Amino acid sequence: MSRGLRLIPILLLVFIVVSLAWRLIKPADTAVPSQLVERPLPQFTLAAAVPGKPGVASADFGRGEPRLLNIFASWCVPCIGEAPILGELRGKGVKIEAMAVRDTPEATAAFLAANGDPYERIGLDPQSDVQISLGSSGVPETFVIDGHGVIRRQYIGPLTAANVPGIVDELRSLR
Amino acid sequence: MKAAALLLMLLTTQPLLADSNLPPAYWANRQLPNTQQEAQAQELMEQLRCLVCQGQSIADSDAELAGDMRDLVRRRIAAGEKPATIRDWLIQRYGTWISYRPTGEPAAWPLWLAPLALLLAGAWLIRRRIAMKARH
Repeated sequence: MSRGLRLIPILLLVFIVVSLAWRLIKPADTAVPSQLVERPLPQFTLAAAVPGKPGVASADFGRGEPRLLNIFASWCVPCIGEAPILGELRGKGVKIEAMAVRDTPEATAAFLAANGDPYERIGLDPQSDVQISLGSSGVPETFVIDGHGVIRRQYIGPLTAANVPGIVDELRSLR
Repeated sequence: MKAAALLLMLLTTQPLLADSNLPPAYWANRQLPNTQQEAQAQELMEQLRCLVCQGQSIADSDAELAGDMRDLVRRRIAAGEKPATIRDWLIQRYGTWISYRPTGEPAAWPLWLAPLALLLAGAWLIRRRIAMKARH
């Protein structure tokens, strides 16, 4: 066998070791983005999550005013951290609709009492049905929906203070 | 006393699990009464990837979202929907990522070509061996 051919196993080994080391140093992004960004919001209707506040439906979007659709849950720990950020957005005139995933009216009401309620409407999604139909893979997530009812952006994971100016600007530009 | 207090604290700690307090969805862990439909659902569920425990199928995963997806698959199959339609519906939302079944898109070509390339390489090796033996 020629000398070149003998090197092949060694080169293969180096290739495998380098690829493994690369993935260890730089882990893959495990977030699964929704394919519905830049597509119209799917049809849905969700019953009210708490008494005194209406449920949410796809028909509430696309009426000329851009809005956020926040997916949260009372059992979701990062959602507690996100709550003040949503409150700040509301203070800046951002309209936020929401759905509580796998939740009960009592638990949702207790969560809102403890962490504030920045929402216009809150729907209850007891079996993650609507969450799945949106291509969302967890809580919290936030969708930006423009005045025509088209999903323009998806934030996976809790919003932070750093996201606030960008969201306010984006909603203004979508008007 | 201190040890007892510590033990009590250890026993009552709650792991920071992202799990709701609701029971699993109705069809999450229940088979469909129609065995043919259940077999169809089972086959599809084994080919759908769990969004939480990535690397497991929704048939294997204990994540709540996987349970809700099993419920969705069984409900739709019981309603007469074809497994291919349900798969396409999920791919529209999550991309081909959600399905373990390889597709025909260019990214998957090396996968389809690999067996052919390996067969050719094997044939070439055998031919060389035979030629070498013949020379001796």
